Amino acid sequence: MAIPIPENHPAAIARIEKTQLTFLQLVWLRFKRHKMALAGIISLILLAFFAIVGTAFTTEAYSNVTDTSIRLMPPSQEHPFGTDTVGRDILSRTIYGGQISLMIGLVAMAVEVVVGVLIGAIAGYYGGIIDSLLMRFTEAMFNIPQIPLLLVLGKLLADKVPPLNLFGREFSGSVVVIIAVIGLTSWMGLARIVRANFLSLKEREFVTAALCIGTRNGPIIFGHILPNTMAPIIVSATLGVANAIINEAYVSFLGVGVMPPTATWGNMLNGAYQYIESAPWLWIFPGLLIVLTVLSINFIGDGLRDALDPHSLVGSE
Amino acid sequence: MDPLLEVRNLKVQFTTLEGMVHAVNGVSFQLEKGKTLGIVGESGCGKSVTMLSVMRLIKEPPGRITEGEVLFQEQDLLKLAKSSMHEIRGAKIAMIFQDPMTSLNPVLTIGHQISEALVVHWGIGKEEAFKKTLELLEMVGIPQTKERYKDYPHQFSGGMRQRVMIAMGLSCKPEILIADEPTTALDVTIQAQIVELTKKLQSQFGMAVIWITHDLGVAAEIADKMIVMYAGFVVEEADVYEIYENPRHPYTLALLKSLPRVDRKKHDRLANIQGSPPDCIQMPPGCPFRPRCGFGVERCEHENPGLMPVAKGHKMACWVDVTTGRPQ
Amino acid sequence: MGRYIVRRLLQAIPLLLIISIAIFLLLQSSGDPLATMGGRRTVRPEDRARLARQLGLDKPVYMQYFYWLAGNDWVKLDINGDGISETTGTRKGVLRGDFGTSLVSRGKSALSLIGERLPNTLILMIPAEIIMLFCALSIGIYSALRQYTWVDQVVTTGSFIGYSMPIFFIALASMYLFAVNFRKWGLPYLPTVGMFDPKVGKTFGQVMLHMVLPIFSMSVVSVSAYSRYVRSQMLEVNNQDYIRTAHAKGLTERQVLIGHALKNAAIPIVTLVGIEIPFLLGGAVVTETIFGWPGMGRLFIDHLTRSDTPVVMGILMLISVAVVVCQLITDIVYAWLDPRIRYS
Repeated sequence: MAIPIPENHPAAIARIEKTQLTFLQLVWLRFKRHKMALAGIISLILLAFFAIVGTAFTTEAYSNVTDTSIRLMPPSQEHPFGTDTVGRDILSRTIYGGQISLMIGLVAMAVEVVVGVLIGAIAGYYGGIIDSLLMRFTEAMFNIPQIPLLLVLGKLLADKVPPLNLFGREFSGSVVVIIAVIGLTSWMGLARIVRANFLSLKEREFVTAALCIGTRNGPIIFGHILPNTMAPIIVSATLGVANAIINEAYVSFLGVGVMPPTATWGNMLNGAYQYIESAPWLWIFPGLLIVLTVLSINFIGDGLRDALDPHSLVGSE
Repeated sequence: MDPLLEVRNLKVQFTTLEGMVHAVNGVSFQLEKGKTLGIVGESGCGKSVTMLSVMRLIKEPPGRITEGEVLFQEQDLLKLAKSSMHEIRGAKIAMIFQDPMTSLNPVLTIGHQISEALVVHWGIGKEEAFKKTLELLEMVGIPQTKERYKDYPHQFSGGMRQRVMIAMGLSCKPEILIADEPTTALDVTIQAQIVELTKKLQSQFGMAVIWITHDLGVAAEIADKMIVMYAGFVVEEADVYEIYENPRHPYTLALLKSLPRVDRKKHDRLANIQGSPPDCIQMPPGCPFRPRCGFGVERCEHENPGLMPVAKGHKMACWVDVTTGRPQ
Repeated sequence: MGRYIVRRLLQAIPLLLIISIAIFLLLQSSGDPLATMGGRRTVRPEDRARLARQLGLDKPVYMQYFYWLAGNDWVKLDINGDGISETTGTRKGVLRGDFGTSLVSRGKSALSLIGERLPNTLILMIPAEIIMLFCALSIGIYSALRQYTWVDQVVTTGSFIGYSMPIFFIALASMYLFAVNFRKWGLPYLPTVGMFDPKVGKTFGQVMLHMVLPIFSMSVVSVSAYSRYVRSQMLEVNNQDYIRTAHAKGLTERQVLIGHALKNAAIPIVTLVGIEIPFLLGGAVVTETIFGWPGMGRLFIDHLTRSDTPVVMGILMLISVAVVVCQLITDIVYAWLDPRIRYS
């Protein structure tokens, strides 16, 4: 015999009407708490603005014009960021270089995410010998330190790819090389996480249910399990962009990354340490831009990680 | 005779993203020396938080004890300096918890964890602590004490681990033992053993016990007095026999009615309490149980009944006399 | 536990093999060593063929790999192209430590070059690691214990910024500030290039002085990253039930921290440190380049840009072996520290 609820009781009605916050609302609420993550979004937008809108004020050809008579000039009205060792205007180089650096970051991240998720998902879902093989391979890749590997691959493949023509601009083939190389050496961490998640998620009942009604493996992997493991993928992707930008900078700085005349923030720093006393503007501007970009992305990634974490549904840190 | 422990009007809040959670809303009760108090209520009603607050184990952000007094041995525990609480915890008042697997440190031997309290509170040497620990292990029914002293928590079964927890709690012969759902994670046969063990040790040591549970059956076995909690309030308080024979609060009634019973007819349906657990962020004025109560009257909407005496040693918080269905 | 060790050892061997194959194949396609061997003169076809046979380049890839690993001084090669194998090879193979001769520094074996530079890297890295560990542990633990206070906020934000910075920026900025500008302002300044001042000689004081800026630059990033990890481990441990039990027993904060929390937090931290160590050898490329430190990182990049395959392969192999070995040791230490694994 159930104890009846009085039907029109306001508290009862209110209880039913009051919706719990939806998942996305909760995520946004948590994200908003991170002031720095919000600052990161704003600053990233500004930087993207700089790199994209800047092209309205100067052309790429201009950024590559060399004029040794005005080399190493400090910031002035005509060259707000100064000129570099062969007289190129640094401001326009940072604008175009920014586009390349950001693009490398995004595309390399895409490569990394695709490879990492595929390998992790297949290894985790099928298990058995496929899992063993893939994981041995992943571990082997993991054990080769990334920067030396990047350097070697960068040097190796540098002249193997011809210059590209995209959107009416010419890119040195080394851009493609760098994207591929960074992407192909950064996927291991994500693969491990995805695999771990797949291993546990595939035991869940919704997978058994899908299998029972005859769903094939492909749709199960991509339609059922994968959406449930989006959180670490999103966080990893975000931080992956930052890592790719830093890695590109490291490699280009050492001279085996993107080759001139295509500018990137990283290769603008190449050799700048020889002029540290005489021409600090050579490295301050591109350096600061890299730092700001990476910082913003990292803040956003950190905010996302906290916001998406299903374990912390209460407000304690 | 003065009660051993008296809690007066305890209020505890937690700050969360969704708002301020009012976990404990003016809880008061007394514990007599050597007696057992059972605290019963559904998950989330504030029973654990109440006892953790007594021990001052609530993390200050996000939690906060906003009001109340906890009187023990002529001191208000809530006003004591933190350093003084160290001397009370473990030595005068001990607490054991629900899940013995996570409540024991996995990288320390159980022997060490038991003797630790002895060394810290009694200042005795390692040798003596070792001997006393072996005695304790034997007392709680763990065989081969010498070998098992050096074992780690993962090498024990659930029931054995809970015995270890009990040994740890009792090591310094506290005056009060607080047991927070110690048998919930164990299966029924082990449950019975643990309850027996606790009763035996209680009479041996003469200590008072506070046993928190949501299982009415267990509470009936071990408690002398019971309080029923709902939404952070105490809604009924009485002797254990009185509560089971003469429940006077609608919630208690409902709880008892929902117990599966051997003597019921075969096709009787299991009763349940309609509605869902209360939202402790936006508390309605008036009685917290009103939305799910079958006895409500006008008054219940606006005024929250506090605990009112209704018979000797029996208090409850309701405007309605459930025996007649009419307001008091 | 013993079986665990044996299993890990057995896993490590094929891993090393795979890595060596990967590295070998990688560098096989890295350009034509013969082109550089002859110096600036064009090489006559006969000489080219002879060189090819001498270097074993006329053999199929898997044979080349095999000789690279095991050497060829125990077989006879056909050097003069007449179809008869008569000369014994001269290489001892990687397994015996022979990585070949440098293509850039004529006459010197790759191993000896690495051997010259390795101590320099260690001199820089070992103190660096100790300092970084100490700072990271202190900051991380302190910050975790003082969660929600302003100290924690400052540390969290600061370390976040710190580990997002690319090393070269910090290196350049610190050079700019502490060396260039300090000098301009008449303050005592720090040196920025090399391991010691050639005018003064390689003294202990000189080396110490020159280590300051490189270690500082590396530390900003590493300490930030490590301390975040330490902090999060401590926080996680502190939220565990057994810590609540420890408090309930009446232990003081300090007793809980040292006796219970640290013991648990140490395990993942030790693991992290163990894995990080070998990367010190490889990750210092940028730092050594900027500060002109004559270590393995510099060697690597210098010889890479000049396509000196034997040296590059040697360094890569060395680092990879170090990584695998360190990981193995770390796993064993981890298994030993955690009783749940040790006694199962």
